[in-house]
Amino acid sequence: MHSAFDPSSPQARAIAHLWWWMFGFGAAVWLAVMVAMVMAVRSRHGARGSDDLLHVSHETHRGMERAVIGAVFVTVLILLGFLAFDFSVGRALAQHPQQALTIELAGHQWWWEAQYVDPDPSKRVVTANEIHVPVGEMVQFKLTSSDVIHSFWAPNLNGKRDLIPGYLTTHWFRADTAGTYRGQCAEFCGLQHANMAFYVIAEPRPKFLAWLAAASAAPDPPTDSTLLYGQRVFMSGGCSVCHSIAGTEARSTVGPNLTHFKSRSTIAAGTLANNRANLTRWIVNPQAIKPGVRMPPSPLTPVQLNALVSYLETMK
Amino acid sequence: MTDVRDQGNRSPPADTTLAADLVEREADQLEAVWSDKPGFWGWLTTADHKKIAKRYLVTAFLMFIAGGIEAALMRMQLSRPENTLIGPDKYNQLFTTHGTTMMFLFAVPVMNAMGIYFLPLMLGTREVAFPRLNAFGYWNYLVAVVFLYVSLFVNTAPDVGWFAYVPLSGPQYSPGHRVDVWAQVVTFTEISALAAAVNIIVTTFKMRAPGMSLNRIPIFVWSQLVVAFMIIFAMPAVATASTLMLATDRAVSMHWFNPAEGGDALLWQHMFWFFGHPEVYIIFLPALGFITPIIETFCRRPVFGYTAIVMANITTAFFSFGLWVHHMFVTPIPELGQSLFTAASMVIAIPTGIQIFCWLVTMWAGRPQLRIPMLFILGFLFTFVNGGITGVMLASVAFDKQAHDTFFVVAHLHYVLIGGGVMPLFAAVYYWFPKITGRMLGETLGKWHFWLFVIGTNVTFFPMHKLGLDGMPRRVYTYLAPTGWGTLNLVATIGAVTIAFSVLLFVINAIKTVLAGERADANPWHSPGLEWAMASPPPPYNFVHIPVVESRHPLWETTVELPVLTGLRRDRREVLITTAFDAQPDSRHQGPTGSIWPLYLALCMALLFIGSIFSPYFVLGALGLSLIGLTGWGWQSTNESNGPERVATPAPVTEAA
Repeated sequence: MHSAFDPSSPQARAIAHLWWWMFGFGAAVWLAVMVAMVMAVRSRHGARGSDDLLHVSHETHRGMERAVIGAVFVTVLILLGFLAFDFSVGRALAQHPQQALTIELAGHQWWWEAQYVDPDPSKRVVTANEIHVPVGEMVQFKLTSSDVIHSFWAPNLNGKRDLIPGYLTTHWFRADTAGTYRGQCAEFCGLQHANMAFYVIAEPRPKFLAWLAAASAAPDPPTDSTLLYGQRVFMSGGCSVCHSIAGTEARSTVGPNLTHFKSRSTIAAGTLANNRANLTRWIVNPQAIKPGVRMPPSPLTPVQLNALVSYLETMK
Repeated sequence: MTDVRDQGNRSPPADTTLAADLVEREADQLEAVWSDKPGFWGWLTTADHKKIAKRYLVTAFLMFIAGGIEAALMRMQLSRPENTLIGPDKYNQLFTTHGTTMMFLFAVPVMNAMGIYFLPLMLGTREVAFPRLNAFGYWNYLVAVVFLYVSLFVNTAPDVGWFAYVPLSGPQYSPGHRVDVWAQVVTFTEISALAAAVNIIVTTFKMRAPGMSLNRIPIFVWSQLVVAFMIIFAMPAVATASTLMLATDRAVSMHWFNPAEGGDALLWQHMFWFFGHPEVYIIFLPALGFITPIIETFCRRPVFGYTAIVMANITTAFFSFGLWVHHMFVTPIPELGQSLFTAASMVIAIPTGIQIFCWLVTMWAGRPQLRIPMLFILGFLFTFVNGGITGVMLASVAFDKQAHDTFFVVAHLHYVLIGGGVMPLFAAVYYWFPKITGRMLGETLGKWHFWLFVIGTNVTFFPMHKLGLDGMPRRVYTYLAPTGWGTLNLVATIGAVTIAFSVLLFVINAIKTVLAGERADANPWHSPGLEWAMASPPPPYNFVHIPVVESRHPLWETTVELPVLTGLRRDRREVLITTAFDAQPDSRHQGPTGSIWPLYLALCMALLFIGSIFSPYFVLGALGLSLIGLTGWGWQSTNESNGPERVATPAPVTEAA
């Protein structure tokens, strides 16, 4: 699910390849040193002299010198080999095309904001914590942070890259197999660093384009009376202070964009499954689930809460 | 095969050239002159390097236990997914305090302490160069300990990691005083380390036994000397970053690290790691310095490759300043630059490898006697080599992009710090305990300690390699059940309990020994170094007469008697100053007596730096009080001192008539 041992991209595969070679040589070196250590402990070579110390002959001493020099030589060779291999993998990782789908990721305490860039503003998509990508194509990420340093890491797909405020960094990978790949923030970023996960969903190009088209569309206004009430609760109950829903007056970018909230499989950056029960728990008191998170508890009556949740459940 | 301890009719060379009763009278006079004042005042004012070093050692071991308890709590919390034993706020304080304690309050001070205790003994002199500065260093260290632990108990411990990256540790995202506590703990430990470093350098260069030319200096001393230089070059980077820049960002909005105002978040990382990487070698090199004398003693022969080992120490120190960017491989630093640091980070394995190869052939040529110190050295080889290899892997930028900031790094760092730092330290403790306390640590408890400690360390940290590459990042207070990380985390916690138990056995062993252990004579292991030439524990003046050295292993390579130099005054504290390269006698220098001013000044430093968190007026007030302290210190020194007396002619090394 999220293992560097299970690569699904050429980038992760190149790194895994490097790892297995280094592991093999590394294990062999460790074993060799252990064997040498056991031999050294058991050796009965020295002869006790009149000073009660152990001495070796001149030839044995020359042999010892040669052993040390030989060992150093082998060490240097292995290190040079590692160095060369690392440089070649580094060059491979740095290869990227001139043009590619570009996704802007902004790190927040403690969620991921993803924006799909498009010259036509009506086709821009803003979402959170779930990042759809087309299979078999290089995708470019432009990373920055709105607060502290975070790190974007999906082990199946590539190494990690830091999101640093004041910097715009770039990251690339190509998902070769369709699937859902999990990742977590990999730079300590405060109280809920442990609960800042995301999912990369790689799907065939037609499906991806369909998703993108649906995602850029605003949801239809609700007609049902409960849903209308729920929308009113959203607008006036505090939610719209931080969250936005396309096609409504809620346009705040402080918190995750909720336009197609129900299409995501998790809530709170991968912390809970996105179902009615969890959503209700989360809205009532996010602090009980993710203590320290920026979202306050919501003092709603059961009627308000029920309507609000029903409204949000329509945000597919 | 003879044991190191039954050497039959060969006793170590003793100072027997003068009539025994004359020596005894001289010893009594020296005892009177070099002892501290009695009672609590004497305790507060001591400048005796052995007493100060013992304080460092005891305090540092208490910090080791404290850091271990913090780790045990962390491991308890992580033993199961979605555990609710410890919440995120307390957990963040715990792991920050664990790292800060182990790195700043245990590892560096304990290595400094071994140097402060043993250098005068190994070099053949009576004191360190600046005894009162030595005391001042300890008191600053104690302030750091008290400050951090009081803050932990009042919920104000730092919670941003021992490395305190900005902007998280800046004023906007860490309001309150937790990070200020961290910044000042670092300040006090720096002052302490710098004081120790200065003492180590000057004592080593100017206060050696006559005849101890550079190429006869013990390897232990060489490693301490090299590390002292590293401390002087590395500490200012973190001092500037934390005490000056981060503290002023937080107190008076300097914006050094605030990108919104033209500052740079990466600048902190550069400055911290420029210190941070040499810091781990500051911990590691003295540990390697323990290994050579222990191997020599238990293999009954001089180490192979003295010069190579010395050069390896020096090269490691130099190279360690060129590695720091390997902590920043996932930041936007240009790739060509990063590659240089990959090369440097791999090359540094070579000098360490040289030391290990020299030890292996020494063991092969000798007949290692597997007493407890030697067992811990085998444990070091088993554990540290593993950590060194994962270090070379992490040096690769490509691999590091997957492993950085995961439990793979936690595994690596503990393998090298525990395997390469704590195991040689335990070896050193078992080896030198008889010299410091006059009693031998128990063998049976020692064996249990050794086996459980090595097994526990490997059971705790080996699974973390897999956890890291399976996606588990560092510094997480919990993880979800579907991640599948639960099983290996539980195994790691079981290992941690084993480590804790083994350390408990060690503590029991130490207490039992101090209270009623087997007594040790001057040289229970029949070792070659000068520190074994006097009683265990050593008298306050160390040597009745300054020894004269003719080889690298004075107590082995001297035939019957240890040649000595006579003539230093016994009516006041006097030490011999020798030339830097060939250790020819140069001048006689009056050593200072105890003084209250180091403690007073350390308290002024406490007021200054802790007060600076709350108001600039504390800084001004403390500066004024410090002026009084400096005046008092200088006044006392001037009143007591009669200046150095030059030796009339460079005296030929004499054996007493």
